[in-house]
Order: sequence, then structure tokens, then C-alpha cells
Amino acid sequence: MELYNFSLEELWQRLEKGEVSSLEVTRSVFRRIAEVDNKVAAYLEIDEKGALAQAEAADERRRKGEATSPVTGIPLGLKDLLSTVGLKTTCGSRMLADYRPEYDAAVVTRLREAGAVITGKLNMDEFAMGSSTENSAYKATRNPWDLKRVPGGSSGGSTAAVASATAIATLGSDTGGSIRQPASFCGVVGMKPTYGRVSRYGLVAFASSLDQIGPVTSTVADAALLLKVIAGHDERDSTSVNLPVPDYYSNLKNDIKGLKIGVPKEYFGAGLDVEVESAVRLACRQLATAGASLDDVSLPHTDYAVATYYLLATAEASSNLARYDGVKYGFRAESADGLVDMYRQTRAQGFGEEVKRRVMLGTYALSAGYYDAYYRKAQQVRTLITRDFDEVFAGCDVLVAPVCPTPAFAFGEKIDDPLSMYLSDILTIPVNLAGLPAISVPCGFTKNGLPIGLQIIAKPFAEETLLRVAWHYERMAEWAGRRPELNGEAV
Amino acid sequence: MDYEIVIGLEVHCQLLTQTKIFCGCSTHFGNPPNQNTCPVCTGMPGALPVLNRKVVDFAIRAGLATDCQITPSSVFARKNYFYPDLPKGYQISQFELPICVDGHLDIEVDNQKKRIGITRIHMEEDAGKLVHPEHVHGVSYVDYNRACVPLIEIVSEPDMRSSAEAVAYLKALRDIVVYLGVCDGNMEEGSFRCDANISLRRWGAPELGTRAELKNMNSFRNVQRAIEYEVERQRDILDEGGRVVQETRLWDVDRGVSALMRGKEEAHDYRYFPDPDLLPVVVDEAWVEKVRQSLPELPVARCQRIVADFAIPVADAEVLTADRAMADYFEAVVKLFPQPKAAANWIMVELMKFLNEDKISVTQCPITPQGLADLLGLIGDNTISGKIGKQVFSKMYSAADNDPRQIVEDQGLAQMSDAGELAVIVDEIIDANDDKVKDYQQGKVKLFGFFVGQVMKKTKGQANPQMVNSLLKEKIG
Ligand SMILES: [Zn+2]
Repeated sequence: MELYNFSLEELWQRLEKGEVSSLEVTRSVFRRIAEVDNKVAAYLEIDEKGALAQAEAADERRRKGEATSPVTGIPLGLKDLLSTVGLKTTCGSRMLADYRPEYDAAVVTRLREAGAVITGKLNMDEFAMGSSTENSAYKATRNPWDLKRVPGGSSGGSTAAVASATAIATLGSDTGGSIRQPASFCGVVGMKPTYGRVSRYGLVAFASSLDQIGPVTSTVADAALLLKVIAGHDERDSTSVNLPVPDYYSNLKNDIKGLKIGVPKEYFGAGLDVEVESAVRLACRQLATAGASLDDVSLPHTDYAVATYYLLATAEASSNLARYDGVKYGFRAESADGLVDMYRQTRAQGFGEEVKRRVMLGTYALSAGYYDAYYRKAQQVRTLITRDFDEVFAGCDVLVAPVCPTPAFAFGEKIDDPLSMYLSDILTIPVNLAGLPAISVPCGFTKNGLPIGLQIIAKPFAEETLLRVAWHYERMAEWAGRRPELNGEAV
Repeated sequence: MDYEIVIGLEVHCQLLTQTKIFCGCSTHFGNPPNQNTCPVCTGMPGALPVLNRKVVDFAIRAGLATDCQITPSSVFARKNYFYPDLPKGYQISQFELPICVDGHLDIEVDNQKKRIGITRIHMEEDAGKLVHPEHVHGVSYVDYNRACVPLIEIVSEPDMRSSAEAVAYLKALRDIVVYLGVCDGNMEEGSFRCDANISLRRWGAPELGTRAELKNMNSFRNVQRAIEYEVERQRDILDEGGRVVQETRLWDVDRGVSALMRGKEEAHDYRYFPDPDLLPVVVDEAWVEKVRQSLPELPVARCQRIVADFAIPVADAEVLTADRAMADYFEAVVKLFPQPKAAANWIMVELMKFLNEDKISVTQCPITPQGLADLLGLIGDNTISGKIGKQVFSKMYSAADNDPRQIVEDQGLAQMSDAGELAVIVDEIIDANDDKVKDYQQGKVKLFGFFVGQVMKKTKGQANPQMVNSLLKEKIG
């Protein structure tokens, strides 16, 4: 088996034993990139030279017997909204086409200090707004399982890279499902940690009260290892929480006997694909055989989640994106006539359609006379949605549900119908509103060979339980480790 | 027609913290453009604000000094608008839940005491500033050194009824923030700036009239002039049967007029909402108490105490306590030389004259409280006269020499108090002015001063004046 096909966990163990070098692993990954990324198009920027230097440094570190971490010498890719010194950080937007940050995001600093190898920057929907990665200003990333279909979004580059083995693992960000939904479409593991678990410093903001960085990996154990490296308190992010970071990996094998699993009935409603439903129901039964108990539960305010989310997220985005004004950095429209015209033209030309749509929605929701009816009301509903989860979690440890009502859809299928695109996040959004940790683990394939994802949701800061349940499930799943063949022509 | 004038003031104070409100950059004034900046205060993508707790301390101080309630959980909000000096496209301020509410400040105008309500005090960040290079047309630069420098905005109730009251309120407020050490109070440089909301209404009318907002008044004098100008402008409109429209006007200091800046329809919709990057500012009782303990005695209280303890006139006490450092200096001198009246006189007459001439503050005064106390001691025990004292003072000041005894010794300035020696001189003067003695004795009593002057001239001013008086009285009646 090629080195690029190994999990992070296996490579870590082999590197520690000296069976392989980081340089060999890294070269293998770049061979793979050269081989398949023209089809998948996960990368926006590839940094082979930098990566090889980092690989050599990691090997040197091991040779000298210096402290290492599970990611030392492991080739990892980053979603292109994580600030990186030396690499462009475009956020998939024309607005930041040539933007090179002068500082590293907190998670990037942690990875660099741990000796990780950074392969490059991954494609995404512009400013993380979208569910298909079609909103990137640069390219369309393809789903490695079916090149005619979208990888999901907004972290489509991050999940397609892991699925096509052009990175051992990657980081994405999840505001309304942007890690879990593409992870389910691409048949990989994608996790959104509790809000506050991972520092947002240097993550280019879409919706600050919802954004959270998380790992995208090929196995649950890899997610546990990578989360440990990036999690923890950071004084530069006021919303980062000062709680100890447990050793998620060592605790994976503790059994799940007696664990109470809730199955929220609202997540199995109209519009749920039959194949998705049966795969998820089967997964529930499998968990029961491992000793967990299953109970039907209700989250009554689920129906309001999408509306609530699209008011709050767009309101925050309208303000967060105000800084792209052509004054300090990034794109500036030429031949503007005066200051106001410079703002207008810069933002009209620099932003794509979806970003402009959301900035307008959010601006409207915050406007005088509408604030109470929209923004304030949405905040109140957010509280109700959070309370739903609090009540349910009083009686169970985790919830299981589908990630997305459907498997991956085709290019162009929803791009002209924003509402139907928004509804593909219907099962992931409530988790962001409540700030909870959740994961997408592969739980089977449709008849057409498209991956299906199982969503597991836990209490705040219960990532340990979340990962443990996911790991036990993964052990029982026959398709774990299946890789796409990348046959067929890209569209 | 006669109208009631209604004025409310919004005052911005730049806080004297070492670092900015949401990042670690220096607040030092006068550095090269964009030197005091980082990803946070230039609004780089992904950078996040972290609150400087010192700013909260300062805001609580201002709140306690104006009898405000301190909000247990206040919230930062984003004020959204576009301008090149605003790096993020929004200013982080406070809106629905400010740190302090419901305070007041007492003022006195024409011996009438009045209480002015303070609606709220909130914390916020300053913006940068635009730089327009000379001789280059159509180009602007932005300097973000001032971006993210902490401010508090103190908003009054519309309780003032004349420009004099507005100025009295502003002066009292400035004294307080300077005393508290939270702001340097400099109006010309803009670290203490004021906007005024002004409206007129018929006497007895229940509702307020439509107000205009005035900006850009950089001195107490200009605040007064601008308000008076605005009152006249509105009075003319109303007298002619017109209606005042809500607008923002800019005061032109040079021309002494105000001009329209923007009308109501151009008013920004700031779309305030709670800043999701910052947690609510939770201030518990213990924090408030800690700040309360650290509060200095405020000008009004200190003035009252000085009048009571030292028996000096109210007017003098007001002068001495207008500046906290001056009041400290005065009290330090009195501690070393317990004659408050003499100390007050010397400080208000001599010391302030020198300081004013050099335009320096008392903290930079070359004469220490100890030096001045020693000098007053020499006058008090008749080693030197008051007149010589002024000479010694001048010498001490110019040479930064705080040993007046040595100066008196070196320059032979000690007072002549030997009765025998003085008697000889007095006799000499009497003998040499026979005719004047006769005139005096025949009733030209004014000539007594002439004799004293002659003795002083002979002794280069060092004769003890009391002794000279009694010797002369003795000898010429
Ligand atoms: Zn800064």
C-alpha cells in the first residue's frame, strides 16, 4: 500500500518506530497530488518546497530524540481561511486573491510547533458561504466518489483531499455544517468541536458566534489525535474556553456499555432520502448491539433552526465582511470615482453572488426597524433551540442522526436555488446554534456508490464521549477504510 | 419670542492607559504613522479583540465619581459604518448595556447649584486618522496609530438650560476625569472632546423641540460660542414660523459659525448588534469596591476639606484644588510648614506666576514642597523679610536649588535684627533729615514711610521692618 493511503495513526506509529521517514511520506503525498488533484481540484495552493523542508526538519527532530507529537512529520492540508505566513489565504474569494497574512492562525502555530508538514491550502466556498464548494471564485472541487458531483461545502477542498488521499488529514471550519456535510458527501470523518474548544484566532470569520475549526480525517482515531493538537485555551480569542484538553485518543477504547443514545425524531422527517435513513437506522441498531441503549427523543424547535441560522449568520457576516473595503489590503477596484464609488465597485467586483446575497440579508436583519423582528427574535429562538438540547441531554449521553438529508448532489443542481441549497444544512445547523460538538462518520453507501454520513452529537465539551461512540461504531462498519477509485472523467 | 434652551452633552475622553483597548499596542502619541499597530488594530482578517481590563477600571472610576450605577454585565456592540479610518468597517462600542448608567454631576452657575443627570458612560475604541499630504492632490493616507485607543463616552441628560451651564458642566466633568487620572483633559489635542445636542421649546411645553447636534468644538470658549450661535439660529427659524430640522452641524472655529454636516436622511443606520467576538463584561461587587478604594478625593470634597481644616477662603481653596497635583503640592507644604494661609499665598502668587510664565505643571516645578516650606520658615522666624523671600524664591526656582538657608547665607541676605546696630542707622537718618523730622512732627505723618524707606535703602532691605518701625516711633514720636 502506498504511504499516502495510511491513516495518521498508522503513520505516526511507523514514524516513531523509524520504519518510515517523514520525507518518504511527504514525497508520497505529493506524488498523489500530482497524480489526482487535476481531477479532484482540492488544492488552491500547493507548497511542495515548504513541505519537504518541514518534513526534513521533522525527521531531524526525531533523529535528535526531541519531543514529538502524533502530527510530527505528517502531511496536513489547511482550508484556505486559516491564516498562514508565507502562503496566500484567499478564503476562496477574489477579494483576497493576493492576500498574504502577516501572522499565523493559532491552530497553524500549534501545528507548526508540533512539527506538522503543511502541504498547501484547500478550496472552499467563498468566505465559507455555501454547501457545495461551487461558490469558490477559483475552481470547482469534485467529489472523489463521483467526479460529476459536488464534494459538499464549504470545506469541500478539505474533505475531498482526505478522500482522495492528497493529504493525510486536513483542517476545515464548520459554521452551519461546513465540516460535517462535506465529510458525509466525501465518505471521511469530519468533526466540529464545541464552540470555544479550538481558538478562532486567525480563522477568517464568517459568523463569529458559530465558526469553529475542526479535523477532517480518514478515521476516528485520527480525528482524536489531531483534535488534541489544535484544542486548548488561547488568550487571543476571548471566546476560547479555559478547560483542560483530555487525551481523546487513549480513551477511545473504553466501552460504551450502558451509554444512552437519543434518536431525535425531527431529524428523520420529510425530505430524508430513503437510503440515507435506512443506513442511519442500521447504524443505530449496531450501536445498540455494542451495549448502548436507544431512545426516541424530541427537539421541538428544530424547524426554526434554518431560519434562525440564516438571520444570525448573515447578520454577523455582513459586519465581519465590512473590512473588505479596498482600503488596506486585498482587491481594490480600479478607476473608481471617489471614496463611496471605490467601496461600491470594490465590493461589487470582489465578492461573488452568494456572499453579496448574504451580506444584504444580514444588513437587512440588523437595520433600524427590523432588528427586533429579525435579529433579536432569532437570538431568542437560538436560546430555545439550545434549551431543547439541554433538556434532551438530561436523559441521554449522545444523539445520533443523519448529517444531510441526501447524498452528494450533482454540479449545478442547486446552485440557482439558494433555498434548496440552504436546506441541505437543515440537520447540521442546530448543533452550531447550540455550540455543541458533533461528528460525521461514514455509515455506508447508496446503491450508486455515494457515501452516507452518520452524525453523532454530544454535550458541550464531551468530545471524549463523542469520539468514543464514533470509534466503536467505526469498528463495526464493514466499509471503513474504503477508498474511491477516482474513475471517470471530471466535468 | 422667548424660548427655553435645552442642552445635552456627549463627551468623549481618551483614556490614559499604556496599551490599546483590544490589543497590546502602545497608545503613545506622536510615533511615526502606523508604528503602533498590529493585526488586531488594523482589522486584518481573522484577528480578534481581547479586552484590556484597565479600561474597565477607568470606566468604573468615572462612573463612581459621577454617582453612576455600575452594570453587573455590560455588553460590547458593533457600530457599523464605512470610513477609511475605521479598519474593521465597524467600531466596537457599547449600546444597549453600557458599563455605567444613571449618574449625576453637580454644578454651580451664578451661585445657583444645579444637578445634571448623566444617562450613561460607555467604553469604545477610537478610529485612526486620515492624513492628507501637502501639495499632493487627490491622495489620502491612513494612520492607524490611534485606532483602538480606548475612549469613554459620557452622555448627559438634556438638563442644561444655558451655554453657561453647559460650560460649567463640561469644566466640572473635565476636572473630575483629570483628577481621576483617566484622561489628560486636553481639548485642543482632542483627548477630551464634546458634542452638544441643542433644542428650543416654548416655556412650559411638555415635549422637547427638534434638536441639532453640534460637533468640533475644541475649547470651553468655543463650546459657549457654538451653543449661543446655535440657539440664535434656531430662535430665528422659530420666530419666523419655521421648523428646526434634525441635523448634525460642524462648528467652524475660525469663522465662528456652524455649517450643515449631514441631515437626518443622511444619518447612518449603524446596525448595532452585540459583538460576538467579546464576552459580556462581568463586574462583581468586589471589583467595584476595589476601584472605589483606589479613588482619589474629588475636587469638590477636597476643596471643602481644605476650607474646613486650614481656614482659608473658599476662593483660594478652589484655585488650589482645581489641579490635583497643585492640591497635593499645597498639602505637602502645609505638612512641613503648618501655616496654611502663608503657604496658600506663596503658592497662588509666586509659584503660579512662575509656572504660568514657563507654561509648566506643578509636577515639573523646580522648587520642592520641602524647599518652599524651608523658605517660609526663614520668613516666619524673621531670618529674612518677605521681600527678600521673593528674591530667594526666584533664585531657588531658576537654579533648582532647594536649600534657601544656604542661599541666604551665601548672599548675605539675612535680616538685620540687632537693635543696637539698627539704632545707629536710624539715628544717622534722623540727623541727616532734620527738616523732614520737623515736618513730620508738625503733622505730616505720611513722611514716616520715607524714614522707613531710607533705613531700608541703607541696609539693602535687610533691616527687620518691625524693629525699624518701633525704633523710629521711639525716636521721632
Ligand atoms: Zn494593535
